[in-house]
Amino acid sequence: MSLAIQGLSRWAIPMLLLGITTLGLSKRVSIYESFVEGAQEGWRSAVRILPYLVGMLVAIQVFEQSGALGQLINFLSPVTQWLGFPREVLPLALMRPISGSGSLAILSQTLDTFGPDSFIGRLAATVMGSSETTLYVLTVYAGSVGLKRTRHTLAASLLSDVAGALGALYIVLRYFG
Amino acid sequence: MINYIWFFMILAGVITAASKGQIHLVTEGILKGSEQAVVISLGLIGVISFWSGVMKIAQDAGLMEIIARALGPLARRLFPSVPYDHPAMGSLLVAMSANILGLGNACTPLGLKAMAELQELNRDKTIASDAMCTFMSITSSSLTIIPTTIIALRLTHGSAIPTEVIGPIAFATTCSTLMAIGADLAFRRLGKRR
Repeated sequence: MSLAIQGLSRWAIPMLLLGITTLGLSKRVSIYESFVEGAQEGWRSAVRILPYLVGMLVAIQVFEQSGALGQLINFLSPVTQWLGFPREVLPLALMRPISGSGSLAILSQTLDTFGPDSFIGRLAATVMGSSETTLYVLTVYAGSVGLKRTRHTLAASLLSDVAGALGALYIVLRYFG
Repeated sequence: MINYIWFFMILAGVITAASKGQIHLVTEGILKGSEQAVVISLGLIGVISFWSGVMKIAQDAGLMEIIARALGPLARRLFPSVPYDHPAMGSLLVAMSANILGLGNACTPLGLKAMAELQELNRDKTIASDAMCTFMSITSSSLTIIPTTIIALRLTHGSAIPTEVIGPIAFATTCSTLMAIGADLAFRRLGKRR
């Protein structure tokens, strides 16, 4: 199974690129023009995240450099230790459902501190990819049609975040361990 | 919510630094954080542009319709309350397809379109319908197969094989999506029994 996953990981991107360009040509799409058109959108979105990153990274740095983050983690780590979840990835797992840009910033910092190919780095990347920004999705989606009650949606979403984080821990231990 | 969390981090940081008698740590944090933000977002421009370009080709080639057709039977089971030929079904599939492809900016507009069409079927306009709860739970559990931002970030941080997490992420996100579907179903049944 781990060999299959490894193969999937290495081949996914090249095959996706080849597959999509081949499909495009076979449907007579002018693929280069389409590409450039789409890429302009990407440029804009990369620039658009800058102010979010500045705001969030400054707050995170202040929170962390001062030692406040360490205190919060110490406070919470007995619970996660009981689950076998490393405390270094705890800030990311806590931030993931709350803020997309915030968790992206924490992920970046975790990769910086521990290295992307370390156990912590790999687990952090997997936790990041296992979920979405739950609060953002709920706020925007429910708000757009004026819902006042979302019933059990928040509970179901948060449970899925926990399942994603624990699934990430399991697979990273098995796959890289 | 994010306002309180942001303020909490600043407040806790200032108080902790002050209590240690090292208030300069706050100023250092500000400088470090802003510099980091520029390095990250400029470092990401190239690779985000690239994937946005590739996904635009996929869209123009009709890959979204292909995925929607392939997912049709599954969608009918996930959203039994939505009639098969109602426009809401098409919107749900396109929104989820965009999510699977990781179309980023395209996902939210498509998702909101699906919500608007689900609202037409909804009896009480202030309370989320069953289909809305399922859709929001699944969306917030992440469906993306190729997490381009994470791979880009690993690349900029000097990973030897930036893409090696794709397999593990596919597994973990399947866990979270299955939990979202299962929890949604369980809560719905519990609610009906009451």
